[in-house]
Amino acid sequence: MTAQTYERVPAATWRKRKSQESMLFASIDRILRNPQGVIAISGLLLLAALAIGAGVITKYGATAQSYPGAARFLAPSLDHPFGTDELRRDLFARTLFGLRSSLVISISAVSIGATMGISAGFVAGYAGGWTERIMMRVVDSLLAFPGLLAAMAILTILGPGTRNVGIAVAFFNIPAFCRLSRAQMLSEKNKDYVFASQALGAGPIRIIFGHIARNALPPLLTQVSLAMNSAVLLSASLSFLGLGDKPPTPSLGGLLNSSKSNLRDAWWYAVCPGATLAFLLLCLNFMADAVNDAINPFARRRA
Amino acid sequence: MLLLSSICVFLVLRLVPGDPADAVAGQDATPERVAEVRVQLGLDKPVLQQYVNWLGDLARGDMGTSLRNGIPVSRLLKLSLPPTLELAFVAYIIALSIGIPLGVMAGANPRSFWDWLLSGYTLVTIGIPSFLSGILLLWLFGVILGWFPISGRVAFTDDPLSSLRHLALPAFALGAGLAAVLARYTRTAVAEVMGHDYIRTAKAKGLTQRVVVARHALRNSLIPIVTIAALQAGGIMAGAVVIEQVFTRPGMGRLVVEAIQNRDYMVVQSALIVLVTIFVMVNLAADIAYGFLDPRVRRR
Repeated sequence: MTAQTYERVPAATWRKRKSQESMLFASIDRILRNPQGVIAISGLLLLAALAIGAGVITKYGATAQSYPGAARFLAPSLDHPFGTDELRRDLFARTLFGLRSSLVISISAVSIGATMGISAGFVAGYAGGWTERIMMRVVDSLLAFPGLLAAMAILTILGPGTRNVGIAVAFFNIPAFCRLSRAQMLSEKNKDYVFASQALGAGPIRIIFGHIARNALPPLLTQVSLAMNSAVLLSASLSFLGLGDKPPTPSLGGLLNSSKSNLRDAWWYAVCPGATLAFLLLCLNFMADAVNDAINPFARRRA
Repeated sequence: MLLLSSICVFLVLRLVPGDPADAVAGQDATPERVAEVRVQLGLDKPVLQQYVNWLGDLARGDMGTSLRNGIPVSRLLKLSLPPTLELAFVAYIIALSIGIPLGVMAGANPRSFWDWLLSGYTLVTIGIPSFLSGILLLWLFGVILGWFPISGRVAFTDDPLSSLRHLALPAFALGAGLAAVLARYTRTAVAEVMGHDYIRTAKAKGLTQRVVVARHALRNSLIPIVTIAALQAGGIMAGAVVIEQVFTRPGMGRLVVEAIQNRDYMVVQSALIVLVTIFVMVNLAADIAYGFLDPRVRRR
């Protein structure tokens, strides 16, 4: 057993080092030098390319039911890399289109949720006082909910459907972003450059979004990649429960759900879309780790 | 706290755009019919009064009736809750009995076989959500090997053995994923404690590694472990709802999913408040447990 050694960096040195570099460029550089980051980025690019090019890559449509020579439950082959399903549809095409809708939902939900959460958090942090107290109470009680249950509550009123799943996922993202961005705001708002622009007569909106946001945003990137991960997971769970896309529109969760009743005839039905989902989640998780390491290099070394 | 979350359940269901009365009355209802339904449900009253009415009914055990078939919600819940609780409980035990030992071994022996095992285990479970591992288990053990039944539930009081056989796969699918999270936090907590001076003193006294870890390190790292274990209760409840769909088990999952599809918001509202209450209770229990685990908390 060797005693653990900690690297102690005085706060002043750390701040100086940080200010010497452009944080964004330095972070991207660190992600690219991290093997996890490289795996994540190449994996995500591959998946994104497959999702975007879904219509070109496969010669079959997502919902086309029959074409010459196709049969039910064909095992994976060169012609049908992921096999076919109970209605003679090509599962590779369905998986890719499902992947596309999964990515579209997650990306749009996270951007909407993050924008709303971050703006609210910045305002709360900057305003302080009662505004802050009330907003944070609301956020705390929202955070107490398991995400899936909150999303279900929203879907009850909106009704099932892709767009509504997106809204539910976005809503579920607001509290976490709000909390984090408020903390960022609190640490930034008493810095000299804020006083300087206040002295120059800048209004709160300009100070928050023009000055503070630039410095407070990069650390929130970790949360963005974490949120992407949980958004993919949440939307897949909801579509698995049958609360997302209506069949025949494919979704990763929906494919897994219908694979369930055909396990006896077609193992690839569950395994192929499942592996795609697992690969996506793994890449997003690696990405979150890599972004976290890049933005906060000392956190990892200490652990 | 409970009151706060009841406000939340209520507000989320009210503030989300879309009118429950519309949902209840159906898609092509006339405006008059919608208005009628609104009065019937008490939705024409001010929001605050609606909330107080609902809370009062709740306190008296009256959760209203299902909008679809008129069955009292409390009866629906009485039927659906036991299967879910039993699944969540067994899954929780599986998660604890895999997660904590693995985390302790990995935390006490960094860069050992156990640490490596934990990283591997985490890597596998990160990518595989519980419903996916559920399907894979179902395929392997249910369909190919035929060791376990693939769906349904048997009450424990009817046939304990068969009940456990029905529970095994879903509980494992649910517990295994949470075990990874638990193990990661346990590892961090134990590894941190292992760096303290009193651990060095204990070792210098000549105590064996096992005694040092079990008596000194584990006891001092219990607080963060209990905290995270209690927070996991929410994940277990939500996960059970999904896993039940994989294994076609009756329970809260089926109740809630069907209610959402029928937009039966009376049922969803009460089911959610029950799930959230359980979650809050578990966390309260954790808070109380701190006092037993750490004398310093008691004195404060």
